[in-house]
This record gives sequence, C-alpha cells and structure tokens, in this order.
Amino acid sequence: MISPAVVLGASFGYLLLLFAIAAWGDRRAAEGRSLIDNAAVYALSWGVYCTAWTYFGSVGRAATSGVWFLPIYLGPMLAMLLAWIVLRKMVRISRVYRITSIADFVASRYGKSPLLAALVTLITVIGIVPYIALQLKAASAGFHLLTGAPGSAPAAAWWRDGVFYVALALAAFAIMFGARHLDLAERHEGMVAAIAFESVVKLAAFLAVGAFVTWGLFDGMDDIWAQARTVPELSALFRLDGGGEPFAYAEWFSLTILSMLSVLLLPRQFQVMVVECVNERRIRRAAWLFPAYLLAINIFVLPIAVGGLLVFGPGAADAETFVLSLPLSQGAAAIALLAYIGGLSAVTGMLIVETVAVSTMVCNDLVMPSLLRLDRFGNRAGGDLTRLLLNIRRVAIIAVLMLGYLYFRIAGEAYALVSIGLISFAAVAQFAPALFGGMYWRGATWAGAFGGLLGGFAVWAYTLMLPSVAKSGWLPIGLVEHGPFGIELLKPERLFGLTGLDSLTHSLFWSLLVNVGLYVGLSLARAPAAREASQALLFVDVFRRGGAEPVFWRGRARLDDLKALARRFLGAARAAAIFEEEARGFGPPTPERVADARLVDRVERQIAGAVGAASARVIVASVVQEEPLTVDDVLEILEEASQLRGYARALEEASAELRAANEQLKTLDQLKDDFVSSVTHELRTPLTSIRALSELLLDAPELGPAQREEFLQIIVAEAERLSRLVNQVLDLAKIEAGGAEWNWTEVDLRALVTEAARATSELFRERGAAVALDLPDTVPALRADADRLMQVMQNLLSNAAKFAPRQGGRVEIALREEGDGLVVSVRDNGPGVAPEDRAGIFEKFRQGGDEATRPPGTGLGLSISRQIVEHLGGKMWVESEPGRGACFAFRLPLHPEREPHERESADR
Amino acid sequence: MSAKVLIADDESNIVVSLSFMMKREGFDVLVARDGLEALGLIRRERPRLVLLDVMMPGMNGFDVCEAVRADAELRDTRILMLTAKGRDADRARGIGAGANAYVTKPFSTRDLVAKIRDTMS
Repeated sequence: MISPAVVLGASFGYLLLLFAIAAWGDRRAAEGRSLIDNAAVYALSWGVYCTAWTYFGSVGRAATSGVWFLPIYLGPMLAMLLAWIVLRKMVRISRVYRITSIADFVASRYGKSPLLAALVTLITVIGIVPYIALQLKAASAGFHLLTGAPGSAPAAAWWRDGVFYVALALAAFAIMFGARHLDLAERHEGMVAAIAFESVVKLAAFLAVGAFVTWGLFDGMDDIWAQARTVPELSALFRLDGGGEPFAYAEWFSLTILSMLSVLLLPRQFQVMVVECVNERRIRRAAWLFPAYLLAINIFVLPIAVGGLLVFGPGAADAETFVLSLPLSQGAAAIALLAYIGGLSAVTGMLIVETVAVSTMVCNDLVMPSLLRLDRFGNRAGGDLTRLLLNIRRVAIIAVLMLGYLYFRIAGEAYALVSIGLISFAAVAQFAPALFGGMYWRGATWAGAFGGLLGGFAVWAYTLMLPSVAKSGWLPIGLVEHGPFGIELLKPERLFGLTGLDSLTHSLFWSLLVNVGLYVGLSLARAPAAREASQALLFVDVFRRGGAEPVFWRGRARLDDLKALARRFLGAARAAAIFEEEARGFGPPTPERVADARLVDRVERQIAGAVGAASARVIVASVVQEEPLTVDDVLEILEEASQLRGYARALEEASAELRAANEQLKTLDQLKDDFVSSVTHELRTPLTSIRALSELLLDAPELGPAQREEFLQIIVAEAERLSRLVNQVLDLAKIEAGGAEWNWTEVDLRALVTEAARATSELFRERGAAVALDLPDTVPALRADADRLMQVMQNLLSNAAKFAPRQGGRVEIALREEGDGLVVSVRDNGPGVAPEDRAGIFEKFRQGGDEATRPPGTGLGLSISRQIVEHLGGKMWVESEPGRGACFAFRLPLHPEREPHERESADR
Repeated sequence: MSAKVLIADDESNIVVSLSFMMKREGFDVLVARDGLEALGLIRRERPRLVLLDVMMPGMNGFDVCEAVRADAELRDTRILMLTAKGRDADRARGIGAGANAYVTKPFSTRDLVAKIRDTMS
C-alpha cells in the first residue's frame, strides 16, 4: 500500500509537469521554433489513441481471451500503413478551409449545413461522454487500489473525491492550452507537446512494468509461457479458438475494421492528426512511427496478463489492474507508483484532447447556431465577440468534463460503462460513409449524409446502446431478451433473426448497412444542389487546385460590413491584418467599396476557423446580399477558374519562352562581342605590319633595296590578307541574307579537289605536312557552283594545314561515290575536336581549340562552308576522336532538288 | 656587349618589323614563336627586355608574364606587352600580370621606340 498523500502528490506533481511542458511548447511556438514540427513528436501525439482502456484494459482482455486484445491495434496499424494518403487529404482539406472538428468537416462538405454539424456533434457527445467517464473511473480505480481503499467506486462524497479534482485540473489545462485563443486553425502546440510527452510516459511506464514482471517475477518470457502451459486454464489463452469454440473470424474482422475507422474518426484522433498537424510532409513518416509505437506498447500485454494469472491464480484478482497489483503484491511500491503515473498519463492525455475536441464541436455546432438565432445576439452592433466565444468554449470544456464525471458517479459500476470503449468506436464509425465518401464522391448529397448518419446512429443506439443500458438495469432486460412487445424479429441483438454474430459485429453490420444504404440511395435519388456541388468540388479536388481556386459566391458586400464582422468574430488585430493584406493588393479602401467574392470567401474562412464553417456561413450571409447559386452557376464559376488556371499556365509558358529567348539573345550578344573582338584582332594584325613597315620605310631612307623590297612585299601580302577578311565577313552576311549569287554548272568534283589541293600546297609545305590524295579515276559530274565549292575545299584544306602538327603533319584528302552522291573528306592528324565542341564547330564565330592556343582565324570559314554545302543540297559533318585528328567531310547529291528554281532566279 | 631583347610573337611579319627596329636601337635580338619557347628563352638568355604578344599558341602572353614575375631571378626583366586586343579588360589584365607597359596593335613605330626607351631607363 502507498499512502494517499504520496499518490495524490505524485499525481498533481505530474500534472504540474504537464503544465510546464505545455507552457514551454506554446512559448517555442510563439518564437517560431516549433517543438512539435517533426514526425516523431507528431506520431507520439497520435499515441493519445492509447487510453486507460489500453493501459489497463488490454491486459484484462488478454487475461480472459488471449490474443483478442490485438485487433484494436492491428486496425490502426493497417489504417496508417494503407490509408495515410486519405489522412493527408483530410489534413489538406482542413487546412485550406480552416476546418476545426469532425462535425465541421462533415457539415462543410455537405453545403455547410448547421443541421448536419449538430447531428454529428450530438452523436459524438452521446458516444464520447461515457468514454470520458470510463477514463475517470480508471484513474479512480487505480488510486483506490494503490492506496488500499476497497473497491473502485467513488466512496467519498464528490467534494472529497480526488478524481473530481483531477478532472478540474484537466479542465484548467484544457482551458489554458486548448482555449487560449480563438482561431483553432492556429493550433495548440503546447497541448500537443504535452500529449506527446504523455505518450512517452505511458509507454515507458508500461514497458517498465512489463520488464519487472518478465524478468523480475519470472525468468523471461519463455519461463512465463512454460509455467502457463502447466496450468490447464491458461493454455487455452494461447490458442486462437479460445478453447473449443471455432475462431470468430467475423468478430476479429469487425474489430479490426472498427479500430481502423476509429483511429481516423475519434474526435481526439481528428484533433491531433488533422487539426494539430503542423506540416503535411510529416504524415508519411509518422504513419510508420505510430504503428511502431503501438507495437511497442503491446509487447508486454500477454506476459503481464499471464504473469498475473500465474501469480494470483486464475480468477483470483481483477486482471484489469494487474499493471498495478502485480508490482504492489511484490512490494515494489516505486514500480507500482510509476505504473499508476503511466495510467494517469493515458487518462489525462485522452481527457484533455477529447475535451478540447468535443467542446469545440459543442460550442461551434450546438451553442453558436442557437445564439445566432437570438435577435439580441445577432443585432448587437459592433461589439467584439471574441471574448464571449472563448468563454463559451471554456464553459463547454468544463461542462463536457463534468458531464463525464457525473456519468462516472452515477454509472460507475454499470455494464454500460465497462463496455463503452467499443460502443464509442461503433458510434464514431457512423461518420465513415459521409466523411470518406464526401472526400472522393462528388455526387454525395446532404440528404444522403444526413439520412445515413441518422439511420446508422439510430440502429447503433437500438442494437448496441439500448442493450447495454438494459443490461445495466435501467431498462427491463426483457426488451433485449424477447424484443419490444415480444416481437422476436426486433430483438436488438438479433435484428431480423440475424444470429451467429457477437453483439458488436451484429450492430456494426446493421448500422453500417443502413448508413451506407441511405447515404448512397438518397445521394443518388437527387442531384446535388449548387452549394453541395460546389463544396464537393472543393473537397474532392483539393489537390488539383493551383493558384486560381474557384470561389463559389456571387453577390454584393460592402467592405465596411465585412470589416465590422471580422472585427466582431476575430478581434481587431486579426481583422486589421486581413484587410491590410487586402489593401496592399487593391489600394486603400473607400467606405462604399464593394468587396469581391475572393475577399468575402477569405473572411468567411477566417471566421470559420473561429466558429465553424456552418456558423460562419450563417454569419456572413447575414451581412451580405447574396445571389443564390444554381448548379449551372457553379459549373460556370468552375469553368472560369479553370480558364484562369489555363491563362496562368499560358502566362507561365510565355514567360518561360521569353526567358529562354532572352538567354539566347544574351548568348548571341556574347557571341557577337566575341566575333567583333576576333574580327578586330584579325584586322589589327595585318594592319600592324603594314603600318610599322611603311613607317620604317618612310623614316629610313638609308635602307638597302633588298630590305626595301622585302618590306614592300610584306605590306602587299598583308593588304591582301585584309581584303580577304573583309570579303569573308561580307560573304557570310550575303549568304545569310540570301542575297548571294549562285552559278550552277556541271562540276567535275575530281578535278576540283585536285585543283584545290594544288592551290593550297604552299600552305602544307610551310607547315611541313604531307598531303595524300585518294581519288577514283572518274566520278559522275554533278550540278553545283564550282567557285563556291572551291571556297569550301580551300577552307577545309587551310584548316587542316593550320591544325596539323608542326612535325609529322599528315593530311588525307579522299573522294568517293556513295549512293547517288559524292563524299569528300579531309582528314588531319592534329589535336582533333572534343566531343562537347563537335556540335558547335560549324556555328558562326565558333573556333576550334581554346582561345589561347588555336591558330588565328575568323571563326567564319566552317560556317560559310557548311552554308554553301547545304545550299547545294548536301550536308557537312565532322568525325573526330580527341588527340587522333579530325575528319571534315561533306556529301553532295548528284541530282540536287533546289537547282531549277535557283537557276531561274540566277538567270533573271 | 649589347643588351638582349626577346621578341615573342607568332606573326612573322610583325617579327620582321620589330626586329628591324630593335636592331636599329642597338639590341641583340632573340625571337620566339610561342609562349613556351619565349619562357624558355627568357630563363636561358636573360634578356633585359621582352616584347610579348598576348595571342600566342601554347601559352599566352599573360601567362608568360605572370610566370616571369613569379620567378625572383628574373626580377629585372622589363616586359612590354603587345596586343591586337584593344578592350580595356585586356589592358587591365596585362598590367595586372605585371607588364611594365602595354601597347595596342597597330602601333606607331616612333611611339613604341619612345616607350621602350622609357621602360629601359
């Protein structure tokens, strides 16, 4: 036994620690250094799934039915591994449309319906409040066990009940860290940090107890299994069929499905996974980490359960409290206290998040609509309502927790409470068709969602809730055993004579059948109205929207009205921020200025973050003049938006083209600059010799005739070189501009090549290079321009001479007939052309080699040559391996296609 | 013994005019056709003056100039760079490489001689 003072002290000490962590988390968030923006913390916050029901209940379940504690965890693992993509869509939708609860999500999808929001909220409250009571009961039971007080029921009057104060402390926590500011979309980082911390604590505590039992009380897991096999009552636990009866596949399956849905649909899960999601990108890793967490917290469930049964004997002690009673029975008070704190963390984590989530729904979807209906509230001019809204939410938090406490006091020992875990799951599972269907099916309507939810909930209440109430003794049990008015077909747990299923599977089957049936049937019966259709488009296609998101709103709104509205519901500072941003885009506002649809939508979304989508719709509609939209209008707006998107894309493409063109111009400019520089260099070199030598001739009358003649010869040669260059530049310009004259004649290419080689032989002799000719005896004549071809040949040959090595230079000139054309190639054994230069070598102003080492040239020769060859209907190319020389070749057709036209123009 | 001058240029006709002028000025003339040859001759023959063309095969005039300036033993070598590239950037680079003077082609023979005398004094 541990003294109550120690347990209470530890409990409240732990709660204080939570406050500290949450305060730290909030401070870090305010500084912009989020504590929770990483996958590990995000996944740990999902651990709020594991409540006291897990912490104590799993062991209890394992002690009575072996592996049957597992489906509750297999479901979430499967859900995360398979459906994280669904979760991502939920997160995206919620972030874009500022959705803050599951009721908001469903209502928003089906046309922002307040009625639907209220129904979802009602189902949640009915399904969840008992669950809250269950958590309080677990805390109380643990406390009594630890301190040695008899029983788990609250023995003392409520004002002397520690659990009451725990509940109050949690309400304080939820108010401080869950309802400090209004816009829920701003999230509660401190709260999430504390929840993640609680997940660590409960895991650590549970593992500690597991290790204590496995290695402290026994000799490892093998020892536990070995000892269990010797006890006949226990060996059945290790068989799937639970001893005798066939394995209940249907129940296993329905439990797995149920928990799969719950992990996404329980209000607390929606809160931590969707509303509190800092960063969508964390989902993928968290979807792996969370199943790992579930695996870890379940490792010791069976060892503790079997260990407890071995220590106390089967049936001798309450298996649900083995986690506490086992260490306690061995005198390990510290472990027991740690286990209690672990359990407390499971309780408080669940209570805090669930309360915040449920109170948001109650405030936005039950209280707000009623308030909005009051004239006094609606007409209260100007006043800032943010404080009032926050206070409503705070009262709702206290009310939800106190409702739970009340339920716990009244029904503490009742059957209804014990079985509430799965009953709660089955209640929230009713949201599945409307919620998931709405994310993927555009045709789903409000009527379908409302009908499905109502029908499913009614069947759930009749087949699951009613029997549990009856079994608690609050209704005649005959209702369950014989059906109402003795009608067997209506027996709640054997509806329409359906037998052979456990009551949960039975209820799930009928409720989801009715739910899905009504949902699909009613949706198909009538086409969606405009507002349903527009919301459907926004939800289903949330990932498809680019910058131009459609705004389904038409009407007139005065800027000042909107401003006043924003100020009332968002506070002056936030409202000012919205309109300042707006003013930056459109200039200073005038009082009579009309707000556009986008601004109305923006304000509505911001208000939705504060009071829920359905209420926000009502509020905004009250100050603007709206035109009711038809489905055609919706389609029209959508069309406009997609056109806008199209324009945006076209604009992007156009600007990309412009950018590319600009880059090309810059490159061209650079090339031109290089060309001018290169031409300048080529002009200046001969000019240098001419000027220097003529000045010397002028200044030195004493020069001998031989010297004089040498100088004059150089001057003449350099002057010729100058004219050549000028001609080449002009030539290129002419060919480029299409103004060149072409003189088509019969050309004997063999004779032309021979003549070219002869004409350039001097160059090769200077360079000391050997020239080899490889020509057939005769080749067919072809039609071409002989002078131009000679120009090409001379260019290729002088290039070869320039690039041939000074020693051992060798140039091979070959001519051969290939198909219906002739190919001429000039091969040198110079440095060759690097592969990266090969493509550009024929371009204007490009020269082979690097600037410092290449021989001088204009960079025009090859460019002119290729233009000539192509004009003659042929093509020119280069083959080269660096270091092994280059081979420039061109091929001319024997019968060029363009000649006749050319001749005509040439003849004219 | 008269001072040595190295003319480094790959344009033979320019070499003709430069060597005529240098001989007339009383120099002993050495000729190099590319940058590497020029650097080798500078190291071996230690000319007082180098007329260095920028655009040469193998190793350009800037690199030759920098190599000479990096060598403490060649500290006293006067370098006059000659270039047909007239851009300011090229001139800056020549001076940056450590040339004593920088002359653009085509040059006036009288100016060049004056600049050489200036450099040598």
